[in-house]
Amino acid sequence: MPFLSATDLEAIALTLRLAAVTTLILYVVGTPIAWWLSRTRSRWKGPVGAVVALPLVLPPSVLGFYLLVTMGPNGPVGWLTQTLGIGLLPFTFWGLVVGSVFYSLPFMVQPVQNAFEAIGERPLEAAATLRASPLDRFFTVALPLALPGFVTAGILSFAHTVGEFGVVLMIGGNIPGETRVASVQIYDYVEALEYADAHRLSAVLLVFSFLVLLMLYAWRPDRGTR
Amino acid sequence: MIYASFKIQWPGFALDVDERIPARGVTALFGHSGSGKTTLLRCIAGLEQAAKGRLSVNGDVWQDADAWVPTHRRPIGYVFQEPSLFPHLTVLGNLRYGQKRSRQADAKSAKFSLEHAIELLGIGHLLKRKPAALSGGERQRVGMARALAVSPKLLLMDEPLAALDMARKQEILPYLERLHDDLEIPVLYVSHAPDEVARLADHLVVMEGGRVLASGPLNNTLARLDLPIRLGEDAGVVLDGHVAERDARWHLLRVACCNTSLWVRDSGAAVGDHARIRILARDVSIAHEPKTGTSILNTLPARVTSLGDDAHPALTLVKLAVDDKPVIARVTRRSAEQLGLAPGQQVWIQIKAVALL
Repeated sequence: MPFLSATDLEAIALTLRLAAVTTLILYVVGTPIAWWLSRTRSRWKGPVGAVVALPLVLPPSVLGFYLLVTMGPNGPVGWLTQTLGIGLLPFTFWGLVVGSVFYSLPFMVQPVQNAFEAIGERPLEAAATLRASPLDRFFTVALPLALPGFVTAGILSFAHTVGEFGVVLMIGGNIPGETRVASVQIYDYVEALEYADAHRLSAVLLVFSFLVLLMLYAWRPDRGTR
Repeated sequence: MIYASFKIQWPGFALDVDERIPARGVTALFGHSGSGKTTLLRCIAGLEQAAKGRLSVNGDVWQDADAWVPTHRRPIGYVFQEPSLFPHLTVLGNLRYGQKRSRQADAKSAKFSLEHAIELLGIGHLLKRKPAALSGGERQRVGMARALAVSPKLLLMDEPLAALDMARKQEILPYLERLHDDLEIPVLYVSHAPDEVARLADHLVVMEGGRVLASGPLNNTLARLDLPIRLGEDAGVVLDGHVAERDARWHLLRVACCNTSLWVRDSGAAVGDHARIRILARDVSIAHEPKTGTSILNTLPARVTSLGDDAHPALTLVKLAVDDKPVIARVTRRSAEQLGLAPGQQVWIQIKAVALL
C-alpha cells in the first residue's frame, strides 16, 4: 500500500491549489491595501488596518459564519452571485477561495505594508526628481525595494491557507475534490477513529509547515551588503 | 530669473519667502539648520507643496494659484544630502534611471550626456558596482552624476557635503568647482558651511527663521555689516581675480584683483587662470602707515567705509574699500578708537593670510 491513499493525495492537491490561488489573489488585492496603509495620513488608516487584522484574533468559525450568511441564498453576496448566474458560493471551491482570501489577508498585507514603510519617502522622492511618474516610481522603486516583504508575505499567506480549518468547515463542508482539504480530511479520519491514516497525513502537514517556516527564517536577501 | 514666493505654516515652522534669484551661476541658500533653506529648495523641486506659492523659472510657471507642475515634470536635477541611490540598481543603472526618462521628455535639449557626467565626476571605474560597495564620497559623486545625467535646466543641491567627513569633502569639492566652471546650468546650493559658500557661490541668499535676510552678489552680501548673521570666525569676503604671475623661487602666486595684487601660496594654478581668494576679517589689520619690517606680504591702501558691531563687545567690524571692492577687518574697539577710524579715512590694511580657493 502506498504511503498516502488516493483520497489523501486528492485532498493535498486541492489544498495546494486553494493556497496557490488564494496567494495569487492576495498579491493583487493586498498590495494596493498595503501601499495605501503605508502612505496615507487619512483618519481611515486605523479602522482599515484593524479590519485587515481582524482574522488574526477572530475565531475562524465567526468569520466562516458571517461569510456563510453573506454568501448564502439570503445574503447580499449570494443574491448578487445568483443574479449574475454564478450560483451560490458556499460549499464550492471558489467559496473557499473567498473565505481564504479574507482569512489570510493580514498575512499578506502586514509584511508588505512594513516593507513599504521601511523604504521611506526618500527613494521615491529621488525617483520623482529623476522624471519617474507616481506609477513608474511604484513599479521601479517601491516594488523592487519591498521585494523581501513580498516573498515573506507570499510564503506566510500560502502556509496560513494550507493550515486553514475552521473557515473551511463553516463554508466548505466536506466534498471530495471540491472542498475537502487536507485539514478536513484529517478531521474525518479522527472522527472515524482511523488514527493510522490521520498520523500519516498529519506528519505530511507537519513536515511541510516546518519546511516552509525554515525557508522563511533562513531566507535573507542581500545579507551583509546593506 | 527664478521667481519664488512661498508661504508655509507648519507647527513650529513657518516659511515666508518672496525672492528673485538669478538663473545663472551658483546661488547659495545659506543659513543655520531650521532657517528654511532646505524647505525652500524642496518647494522649488515640487517635493513640498506650499499652500500659497508662486514659482516661475525663466518664464515657465511651475506653481501658482491654479497651476502645479509635479516634480517629475520639472526639468530639474536634485542632489540630496544623503546620496539616496537606488540600492537595487548598479551605479550605471542609477545613472540611466533618470537619463532614460528625461530623454523621452525633452530629447532635443539633452545637452548633457551620460558620458560627460561620468567623466566630470570621475566615476567611470565604479559603473558596475552596487551602491552598497561604494564609499560615502563615491556615492555622493554618483548622486551628482545621476542628477546631471537628466540634463537639468536647474540643478538643486541640498547640502551635498554635509553628511561627509573632512577628507570626503576635500575629495568632492574639486568636482563641485568643476561643475561651477564647466556648466552653464544654474545651481541652487543649500549650505550652512561658510567655506563651501565662499568657494562655490556667485550669489548669496541668507535665510533665518524661514525668511530671507539678505540676498545679492556674493562679495557684496558677505561684506554687509548690518546682517545679523554671525559668521563668527568665518566672517570675511571673497574676491575674484586671476593669476598674474608665478614666483617659482618662493612658491608664490601673484593674483591680480581690484587694481592691485595679492601674493598667495602657489596652489599649482596656471598663470591666467581665474582665481578666487578669501580674506577673513580676523586676518586683516589696519594701520595709518604702510608698515615695513613686517612678515606680512600683503599690504594695501584702503578707505574706511563703515564700522559695525561684532558679536563680542570688545570687537568691531570695519568695512573698507580696496579700489571699489569691499574688505572687512575685525579689530578691537580700543584699536579703532586709538586709530580714530571713521568713514572716508584712508588707511593701510595688512592681510595676514589670503586663501586661494
